Amino acid sequence: MTDIATQTPDVRPVEFRGGGFRPSSPRWVGALVFVLLIAFLEWGTRAGFISSLTVPRPSDVFLTLWDLAASGALWTNLAPSLMRLLVGGTIGATVGIAVGVMIGLFSFARAGLVPLVAAIFPIPKIALLPLFVIWFGIDEASKYALIAFGTFTPTVVSTYGAVDNVDRSLIRMGQSFGLRWSTVVFRIVLPGAMPGILSGLRVSLAIAIILLVAAEMLGAEHGIGAYILQAGSLYDLERLFAGVTILSLLGVLLSAAVGAVEKHVLGWRT
Amino acid sequence: MELRLEGVSHCYGDVEVIRNIDLSIPKGRIVCIVGPSGCGKSTLLRFLGGLERPTSGTVSQVGEPPADSINPLTYVFQDFALLPWRTVEGNISLILSDHGVPKKRADEIISDVLARTKLSDFRKALPKQLSGGMKQRVAIARALAVNPAVLLMDEPLSALDSQTRELLMDDLVDLWTRSPFTAVYVTHNLAEAVRLGHQIVVLSRRPGKINEVVEIDTPLADRSATDPELERTQQHLWALMRAEAEAADMELIDD
Ligand SMILES: Nc1ncnc2c1ncn2[C@@H]1O[C@H](COP(=O)(O)OP(=O)(O)O)[C@@H](O)[C@H]1O
Ligand SMILES: [Mg+2]
Repeated sequence: MTDIATQTPDVRPVEFRGGGFRPSSPRWVGALVFVLLIAFLEWGTRAGFISSLTVPRPSDVFLTLWDLAASGALWTNLAPSLMRLLVGGTIGATVGIAVGVMIGLFSFARAGLVPLVAAIFPIPKIALLPLFVIWFGIDEASKYALIAFGTFTPTVVSTYGAVDNVDRSLIRMGQSFGLRWSTVVFRIVLPGAMPGILSGLRVSLAIAIILLVAAEMLGAEHGIGAYILQAGSLYDLERLFAGVTILSLLGVLLSAAVGAVEKHVLGWRT
Repeated sequence: MELRLEGVSHCYGDVEVIRNIDLSIPKGRIVCIVGPSGCGKSTLLRFLGGLERPTSGTVSQVGEPPADSINPLTYVFQDFALLPWRTVEGNISLILSDHGVPKKRADEIISDVLARTKLSDFRKALPKQLSGGMKQRVAIARALAVNPAVLLMDEPLSALDSQTRELLMDDLVDLWTRSPFTAVYVTHNLAEAVRLGHQIVVLSRRPGKINEVVEIDTPLADRSATDPELERTQQHLWALMRAEAEAADMELIDD
């Protein structure tokens, strides 16, 4: 420290070490990934280094989709699938939320149902398909049941987790003001659990779409799943991919719908 | 209405938290409870409001609460405990409507308490839009709205910065001077205690026992931060607490 007066100190900016670990998602990047991937496949199949037996040409898939829409077959397949998703998903999610809230609130429900749910969760619901057919017949009811059952377990788990995570001090506040039990549940616990319930719903809805295809393996005349399975058994890759594209789009739409609901309902979050 | 604690002791498991406390909360006065952290102040307050039951001893209310009191024993929490999805007004109206107060009357009450806590312009704001001091004002407004017989305040200013704390202390003094209320005010901040307390109860470290009760006769409105008398009282309180706080700080946490 004695040479301060004689030597000019070396001045340089402090090295920046922050940044990173904070992913944000500009919308266009996601779209760009899709565009690049499709462009690459198109180029590869046209140039010939990807054989059309490996992957169908994207433009052919698009044309198939177009034909499907133009002939009206799209709707005849989509309508029953949407119906199955709607009915099965609604039943599964509603019952799941109700059971999840009960597990979150009552010791007896928790003690009795948590192990049961843990036992049911890992069963591949597809394996139970024959059982559902025996119980509910080969018609729509068994398909609803399969989808409902499949969405039920993840919804229960995410819901009771969400209820557990509700700020206890808010519940204590409600009790300290002498609020009725029902008010504490419906005005404090449920809104407080809503963020967790909605993010669980995203997972459940994706699972519902997966199970849709499984459900339509059984005696479904129409439906996106039935369409895919038919195409698959004929090794008609264009139609197979057209069907898969529809399912993907459905997934994106459902996820966006949940996102819109979140934005509307959870505006209070910081 | 008065509150009375008789021979109150409490254990969590085999940890003795509170030992044999006798205390009564006189009407129209603010009783401050001070003590080192972990000595059971919050626990004591939970007994007073019936949120928890002591292992032994009794907590009783003496006399009837005023007939128009919606929730006689009302808390103000350190972390505000506002519902983040409800507006300022909504946080208060939830409680009024649950107690069956008609909408029109509830609106009047809300306007009145918001005016008293200087919040009239923030009626439609969400908690996330408010500063810490504002949030605590809302919590105080909500507590006033139910016209409590006794206000139970658990370190209400501890989450706030020191300027905001000063301002809110002035507001509390104003509120009390205009219409005296009964309150139990828990704090670890001695400056707050000598500003707001008519009676200051000093607890020992865990297990909390009453060490001393200090009365301050100067009217709240006449107390200033530089008052030598208050300064002396604060020094005296600190002398009482210092050794306790030091010992409490050195204790191993084994629970
Ligand atoms: N619900 C509880 N279960 C077990 N121990 C608790 C519980 N609440 C508080 N304690 C313990 O009791 C003691 C007193 O707590 P508390 O009343 O919060 O102290 P203070 O408010 O004076 O800081 C602390 O040691 C704390 O760890
Ligand atoms: Mg405390």
